[in-house]
Amino acid sequence: MNKPLSDAVKKICQAYGGDRTRLLSIVRAVQAQDSCVCDDALNAIAAELSIPRVEVQSCVSFYSFLTDKPKGRIVIRLCNDIIDRMHGFDHVVEAFCEELGIGLGETTPDGKITLETTACIGMCDQAPAALVNDVVVTDLSSDKAREIVRELRARMDPDRLVKHLGDGNNAHDLIHAMVKNNIRKEGPIIFSPYNRGEAVDKALSMRPAEVIRSVKTSRLRGRGGAGFPCGLKWEFTRGAEGERKFVLCNADEGEPGTFKDRVLLTERPDRVFAGMTIAGYAIGAELGILYLRGEYAYLRPFLEDVLLKRRTDGLLGHSVCGKEGFNFDIRIQMGAGAYICGEETSLISSCEGMRGDPKTRPPFPAQKGYLGCPTVVNNVETLCCVTKILEEGPATFSAFGTEQSSGTKLLSISGDCRRPGVYELPFGVTLRQVLKLAGADDAIAVQISGPSGQMIGPDQFDRIICFDDLATGGSTMVFGPERNILEIAHAFMEFFEDESCGYCTPCRAGNVLLRQYLKQIMDGRGEMSDLAQLEHLAQVIKVTSRCGLGQTSPNPVLTTLKNFRPVYEALVKDDPDNFKRSFDLKAALAESEALTGRPSVHCHA
Amino acid sequence: MTDKVTFTIDGTEIPARAGQMIIEAADEAGVYIPRLCHKPGLAPFGSCRLCTVLVNGRPASACTQPVAEGVVVENDTPTLRDYRRTLIEMLFVEGNHFCMFCEKSGNCELQAMAYRLGITAPTLPYQWPHREVDASHPDIMIDHNRCILCGRCVRASRDLDGKHVFGFVGRGAHKKIAVNADAKLADTNANVTDQALDVCPVGALLRKHVGYAVPVGRRLYDHEPIGTEIEAKEPAART
Repeated sequence: MNKPLSDAVKKICQAYGGDRTRLLSIVRAVQAQDSCVCDDALNAIAAELSIPRVEVQSCVSFYSFLTDKPKGRIVIRLCNDIIDRMHGFDHVVEAFCEELGIGLGETTPDGKITLETTACIGMCDQAPAALVNDVVVTDLSSDKAREIVRELRARMDPDRLVKHLGDGNNAHDLIHAMVKNNIRKEGPIIFSPYNRGEAVDKALSMRPAEVIRSVKTSRLRGRGGAGFPCGLKWEFTRGAEGERKFVLCNADEGEPGTFKDRVLLTERPDRVFAGMTIAGYAIGAELGILYLRGEYAYLRPFLEDVLLKRRTDGLLGHSVCGKEGFNFDIRIQMGAGAYICGEETSLISSCEGMRGDPKTRPPFPAQKGYLGCPTVVNNVETLCCVTKILEEGPATFSAFGTEQSSGTKLLSISGDCRRPGVYELPFGVTLRQVLKLAGADDAIAVQISGPSGQMIGPDQFDRIICFDDLATGGSTMVFGPERNILEIAHAFMEFFEDESCGYCTPCRAGNVLLRQYLKQIMDGRGEMSDLAQLEHLAQVIKVTSRCGLGQTSPNPVLTTLKNFRPVYEALVKDDPDNFKRSFDLKAALAESEALTGRPSVHCHA
Repeated sequence: MTDKVTFTIDGTEIPARAGQMIIEAADEAGVYIPRLCHKPGLAPFGSCRLCTVLVNGRPASACTQPVAEGVVVENDTPTLRDYRRTLIEMLFVEGNHFCMFCEKSGNCELQAMAYRLGITAPTLPYQWPHREVDASHPDIMIDHNRCILCGRCVRASRDLDGKHVFGFVGRGAHKKIAVNADAKLADTNANVTDQALDVCPVGALLRKHVGYAVPVGRRLYDHEPIGTEIEAKEPAART
C-alpha cells in the first residue's frame, strides 16, 4: 500500500479516536482527500479500527455519495425528482452531457468531472437544481449548465459557481449559497421572532418532569410525518433504564418535495439547537447529534459556527446557562446520500457508523437507541416547536391548530404553482386554501407528504391538513392539467427502488416488480388483470415490509389506483385473441437474433 | 412464575417464557410458522418476512417479535398464506434458481417452502439478473445466483465461527453478499469446516466435491413438507 495514503488514513482515524462508531465520518473524510475510498483505503481503515474490511466496504457501498471507485475531483449530481423533471431536467442533462462529452454516470476522460443523478436534494422550490460537490446550483437551464461546465473547466472550483447570493443567511459568509429561502408565509410559531437563550433558560428553571409536562400539555406531535406525541416520547426515554441517554435531531430531510428543514437550519438554527438542549435536559442526556443529510453539507460550516457561539455564550457545554449538573453538547453527523436514514432507526445505525439499515423493533429507540442507550429522535421542526412552547407556554402554542393537531405546520410547496416555497400555516387549514395561497389554480392532483404519502385529486381538496385527515410531513407537490399521473407514480417507484436498503424481501424485490408492472401499463401493454396484480403486490409490500420506508413505498401505486383509477383503466385492455399483451415478441427474440447474427423470420413475416 | 406467559396462535393456547420470540415459542409448541432467514442458534434477523404474522391485528415478524401475555397471533390464515406465496415468488424471480440441476434440490429450504405453500411456478416476471459465481476457494463456492440474502452465513461466520468471512454490500436490488477480502473467497480465512456453510438455506454457499451425495428419495424434503419436523413435535402444552 502506498505510504501517504496509509498515513492519511491513520491520521483521520486517530482524529476520530479510532472509534468504530465514527466510521461514516471517517470514510467521508478519506473520500474528501482521495475522491474515493479505494481498496487500499478500505484495508487501511479496517486495520486502523480493528474491524473486518467487509464492514468498511459494507458502509461505503451503502451511501450513494460514497464510492470505492475513482470519480472526478468534481462530481455534479443532478437532482432527478419529479419536480425537477417537470422544470426542464431533460434539457439540463442534455446540455451537461454535450458540454462535458460524457453520459450520465460517467467521468470525463481527463478524470476531472463526474456527472450523475441523485434523488431530491431539497430544492424543489428552485428546480432544476444540482450539487457540484457540496455547492448547490439552482434554477438551472441548458444555458446555465453550459456556463457551469465552462466555469468548472476553467478553474475547477465549485465555489466560483455562486455568482449571486440568496436571501437571508444564504448570503452569510459561511453559507455563501445561491439558494433562496422562499419563505412565503411566516406563522406565529416557527417563524415568530425570538430571544436566543430564553427558552433554554426557562426550561432550566423548571424540573425536567415539568418540562415534559409542558410539552405534553401543548399536545405537540412529531412533525416528521408519523405524528407521535413528543412529550410522551420524552417521558418514555426519561423513564427508560440506561446510564447514558441521547437526543438525535433528524435533519435527513429526504422526502422528495420537502425543503422546510433546509430553511429552518438556515434561518432558525438557534431554535433547533435550543430545542435539542431542552430535550437533553428533559430526558437526562449529555449529548445531542444533529444528523444532517449529505445534500445539506453546504450548511455545515455555518451550523458549526452557531454551535461554537452557543458554547461561547454558555448555552452549550459544561453547566449550561450556569445550571449546575446539566452538561450538554451537540455534534453534527453528516449523512452521505441515503433517504432511508430519515427512518429513525436507520438514522441511529448511520450515526453508529454502519450501513443505514433500519434496526429490529422492538426494542424501540426510547428503550435502546444510539449505542444501545435510550434515545429521543425528533424532527427539526418538532424541536423548533419545543423552543416556542418553552418560550411562551403550552397554551399559546395549542391556541393554534385543532384539538388533535395543535400548533402550526410548515408546508414545502412546489410544482405547478406560482409561489413555490415554505408556508407556516395553522393545522386545520384546507388543502384548497393552501393551493390558493400558493397560486395553484388548476391543479389536477396534489401529492401530500411526498411519495410515501398520497396523491389526491380535486374532489378531495376540501380535506383538512391535520393528523386525522391529511397528515403530512410537509411535502406538497402540485400537478397541473398537462401532467401524467402514471409518469409521476412511476418516478416515485423508481425513487423507492433506488432508496430501498435491500434488507427485506418485499421492499427490495417487490418495488422493482411494482415499477415494472406500472411501466407495462403506461406503455399500453397492460391487461385488466394487471391492476389486480398491482394491488396485490402493493398490499404484500405494505403489510410485510420491515420498516416505514417499505410499508409506505407502494403508496404511489395504491393511492393513484384508488384516486385516479380511470387513468389506469383507460390504458389497460384485454387482448381480443386472448394473447398476453405484455409479451413482447421482438424483445424475446432479441438475444437469439444477436447470437445468430440474423433477424428472426417471425419479426419480418 | 412471572416469567411464564401464555398467548394464542390461531386460537391455540401457547405457553412461553418471557423474552422468547413468538417463533421460538411456536416451535416448542409444535406450531409451524414458515421462515427462511430464521435459524435457531443464530441471532434473529427479520429479513425474509416469511414469518409475518398478525399480533393483535398488526403485522410483525414472528422471529423478532417477543411474546407477551395474552396476545392474539394469527398465523395460518388464507391472506397470510397468500402473502407468503408472493414473498417466495419474489425470491425466486429476483435471483436465478434452477432447481432441476441444483445440487441443493431436495434439501433446499426455498424450494421446500415453495412446495409447502403450493407454488408450482412463479406468476411474477423473472428478472434474470446477472450475478457472479466465486469458485476461487478450493473447497467452497459461492453462487450469488441462488442467494436469497437471508444473512445466515453472515451471522454464523461472525457469531459461531468468530470469523467475519461474509458481509453485505450495496443496497436495494444491488445488495449482495461480499467476502472479507480484496476480491475472492480464496483470500479469506474461510474453511470447509465452518459452520457458516451449514446454515445456507439454498444452494448459494456450497462445499465442493460432495455434490449429489444423497440420492433422490432420501433427501431432506423428499417425503414430507418442510415444517413437518416441527409440527410432529409433541406440543409442550400437552406433555
